Amino acid sequence: MSDTLVDARGLRCPLPVIRLAEAAKGLPAGTELTVLSTDPAVKLDVPAWCRMRGHEHVTTREHTGDWTGWAITVRLG
Amino acid sequence: MSHATPGTPDRVHLDNGGRAPWHPLARQAFEQALGDGWADPRRLHAEGRRAARLLDGAREAIAAVLGARTQEIHLTPSHTASLHSAVASAAAARRRAGGTVVASAVERAAVLHAARTAGELSTVPTDRVGRVDADAMVAAVGTPGVALAALQHANGEVGTVQPVEAVHDAARAAGVPLLVDAGASVGHVVVPQVWDLLAADPADWGGPAGVGVLAVRHRVRTAAVGPEDEDPWAPGGVSVPLAFAAAVALQAVEADRAEQETRRRALVDRVRAQVARIPDVEVVGDPDDRLPHVATFSFLYVDGEALVTELDRHGFAVGSGSACTASTLEPSHVLAAMGVLTHGNVRIALDRATTADEVDRFCAVLPAAVARVREILGVGGL
Repeated sequence: MSDTLVDARGLRCPLPVIRLAEAAKGLPAGTELTVLSTDPAVKLDVPAWCRMRGHEHVTTREHTGDWTGWAITVRLG
Repeated sequence: MSHATPGTPDRVHLDNGGRAPWHPLARQAFEQALGDGWADPRRLHAEGRRAARLLDGAREAIAAVLGARTQEIHLTPSHTASLHSAVASAAAARRRAGGTVVASAVERAAVLHAARTAGELSTVPTDRVGRVDADAMVAAVGTPGVALAALQHANGEVGTVQPVEAVHDAARAAGVPLLVDAGASVGHVVVPQVWDLLAADPADWGGPAGVGVLAVRHRVRTAAVGPEDEDPWAPGGVSVPLAFAAAVALQAVEADRAEQETRRRALVDRVRAQVARIPDVEVVGDPDDRLPHVATFSFLYVDGEALVTELDRHGFAVGSGSACTASTLEPSHVLAAMGVLTHGNVRIALDRATTADEVDRFCAVLPAAVARVREILGVGGL
């Protein structure tokens, strides 16, 4: 289970990545964050953000049911 | 490129991929063909024969540039129509061999959609610069059940040149025809000779929209897929003035293609180097083996739509592959296949009339435009 959950559902690109970056600010390396998003661009943009910022992309899980989208977990570098 | 938007000389149009302003000689040719080629070229009277001569001349001129025979050149209503027909008719002719169309993941949407309609689409992944995995594509075309393979000469969105020769060798060995989409490259770089079907786009090289070119080698079998018509590639026939203007434009751009290639490659290198100095940017596509006139980059924490609008406000027209600039929610499938940042995307394609001064002005305005869009989103310090 990750340490922090960022709910960015309903937000369009680039806002989910920005919310994630805001939540990550000041947190120590090794912290895991999970962002929830309904925007398909996050599947690509969160891993790209990790690459550009030296973080680690841990998993991308598709969520179906009460809402449709993705839960992406990253570990801060 | 002030002639693109009369009355607004300060506009700089950098979105010339797939729709460039007409070459001045194309305009002249069009005017001439309106006078000499207005008639239906299928009629037997003098006016019809005169139009038919212009049409034949157009096909002959295009054939010479593409390294094809005149009878191998088919004119279509658009580049999209060329790709749709090429996939449908080549796949239909090989129905007994199988129904799979193998294509790179970064082919134009028209190719991917046509492949799904014709049979089963099998996509081959690309690397981070957008180049298809040649080994994987070679292996894919060699598997049983493949009707057709499709690989673009170069990607019009990110500029990366594809390994067409290696894939063509493998396709030939497997007896599979290869469709090469050269819509972003003909008129800008040397045309490869390794193809069975080749589509080229007049609207991209400075000719008119409303006409497309599809070359089919005589040995390649195709099957008509639509209702019967005298011209299955363009039911009802194509516009003779448009076809003539397209051919004259192609001859004109071929005449100084090498100089234009060198000149624009230097400008694109300058853009890529300048853009890379802006914080948090991914300059995408192969840095060297690429189209000479296309540059693409994505800015972290930037709304692509807002950036396109901000640049437009300052007089610069650019393209974007970001989801927020498309009618769908999905970002560009090309950027997606490459695994690069999709938001904050800007794509430019320099016209042969684009000047060094215009490029420098764009490079000067861009950093502040990016900063402004980021400021609105409040992303300082992230």
